[in-house]
Amino acid sequence: MSLVKTVNRKVSTTGFWYVVEARLRNMLKWTRIIIFVAIANPVLYLISIGIGVGSLIDGNSPVDGVNYLTFLAPALLASAAIQGMLDEVIFPTFQGFKWYKNFFAMNATPLTGRDIAGGVFFSALIRTVFTVSVYTITLYFFGALKSSKALLVVPTAILAGAGFGALILALAARAKSDDLFMMITGRFIMMPLFLFSGTFYPLEQMPVFLQWIGWISPLWHATDLGRLLTYGSDVSVEMVIVHLTYMLVMLVVGLFFAFRNYSKRLAK
Amino acid sequence: MELIQVTNLVKKFGSFTAVDGISFSVKQGESFGLLGPNGAGKSSTMRIIGATSQRTSGDVKILGNDPEIHGPQIRAHLGVVPQQDNLDEELTCAENLYIYGRYFGLPKKMVTEKLDELLEFAQLTEKKDAKVNSLSGGMKRRLTIARALVSDPDILMLDEPTTGLDPQARHILWDRLFRLKEKGVTLLITTHHMDEAEQLCDRLIVMDGGKIMAEGSPAGLIKEYSSKEVLEVRFGSDRNMQMVDKLKNLTDRIEVLPDRLLMYTESGEELLARISGLNIHPNTSLVRRSSLEDVFLRLTGRSLIE
Repeated sequence: MSLVKTVNRKVSTTGFWYVVEARLRNMLKWTRIIIFVAIANPVLYLISIGIGVGSLIDGNSPVDGVNYLTFLAPALLASAAIQGMLDEVIFPTFQGFKWYKNFFAMNATPLTGRDIAGGVFFSALIRTVFTVSVYTITLYFFGALKSSKALLVVPTAILAGAGFGALILALAARAKSDDLFMMITGRFIMMPLFLFSGTFYPLEQMPVFLQWIGWISPLWHATDLGRLLTYGSDVSVEMVIVHLTYMLVMLVVGLFFAFRNYSKRLAK
Repeated sequence: MELIQVTNLVKKFGSFTAVDGISFSVKQGESFGLLGPNGAGKSSTMRIIGATSQRTSGDVKILGNDPEIHGPQIRAHLGVVPQQDNLDEELTCAENLYIYGRYFGLPKKMVTEKLDELLEFAQLTEKKDAKVNSLSGGMKRRLTIARALVSDPDILMLDEPTTGLDPQARHILWDRLFRLKEKGVTLLITTHHMDEAEQLCDRLIVMDGGKIMAEGSPAGLIKEYSSKEVLEVRFGSDRNMQMVDKLKNLTDRIEVLPDRLLMYTESGEELLARISGLNIHPNTSLVRRSSLEDVFLRLTGRSLIE
């Protein structure tokens, strides 16, 4: 054996990618369920609410000038992106820090907290791209994509998921109780966002004192943007900039704190 | 050549001092032990050396570098076996080894080629494609050790490697560690099993309450802090204390444990004969060689395993 004098082994600068590889291997164990959820989710929502509820509404007066399913579609797409992203950042975070503690094993290699957080985030993003793509194809078959720019709704929905996912990634890394955290994100964050983000009717129809929920919700920003893209809803250029900026800021701030919180918790 | 150099290391968690100013160094190829009861500060020391936890004060050099500055570079040279197995339970044995090799940035082909050798080392060849959550405790432990070897570490750090294993599994593990030692891998081992320390360590420190109580080779420590032999006598728990007065003139040192008296002597048989000569007859008696347990008892007044 040679005499080791100093640290002379190369450390990869793209360590996060190895975490992505490991996460994808984990996800592949659930391939069938992931595919099933990706298809069943849009089909069930579009049939039950889009067509079912839509038949009640479309006979009277169209919402925002289009049939109800078309109005609803961008909101459902963005919420699927957010939900998918949350699942894939929350579970691995608790698994890694608490259940299997495998993040501590990763951290015993050259990988840093930043690599691990980045890897979890990026692999969640890959799953979300898949989910959103399947959803968008389904929307096409339901005739919910009316505009030539409709495909741009794919990146905007993913951006909403990424922004919110980054924020939740940061928070989950600090959470001690898995049950409590999931209950809070599920019931007190996701549920109100889903109901009050202009999902089922335009946000302006809400009383003003409740509209703020929509303004802080990435779901509303993505939904409003999505309506412009899928059927040409009336959204000003300024608002487009606001929507994109808001989600980008959320993404950047979320990742900053996720990197920090992951590193801190690993060093505890 | 010192691979590990620790000087006046202190680690505090809030107002609690886990490691209280310890210094030691480990040479290349050496097998070095940290012996002490739970809470002695062994694991905290290990995590600082492993470049995953920050020290409060003091100086640490691993391969000549500061783990707080060159963490990832230092970790590239280490193989770490934590106290608690932290395998990816959803993946198979082979996958766990594979992804771990990848974490070190090893090329896919290289890791794949090493898999069989590592599985054989861990005696898990048959379990190659079994999910980790279906393995027994001993199997998981062996897999965790094999995992730490995937990157051919210069220093292998094992935190309580055999705790919770049955005797047979422990001996298999010791055998594996001996082989690594023969290959020249530097071992850093924490344990609260003195037989393990005696088996595996060239040199060790005895820790208690975050401090180093003694340092040396197992044989050297026993020689310095204990007698050659120990006579263990039992009179029944209520009579043990009474007998101390009658026996204390027969030898320099007697330790009273709840269930027995330990009498330190150069010849146990001879001492036992003298006790019989006084017409004192213990319920049971046993003559054995001194162990690190006796050293620990001497140094701290407490037994290592309660």
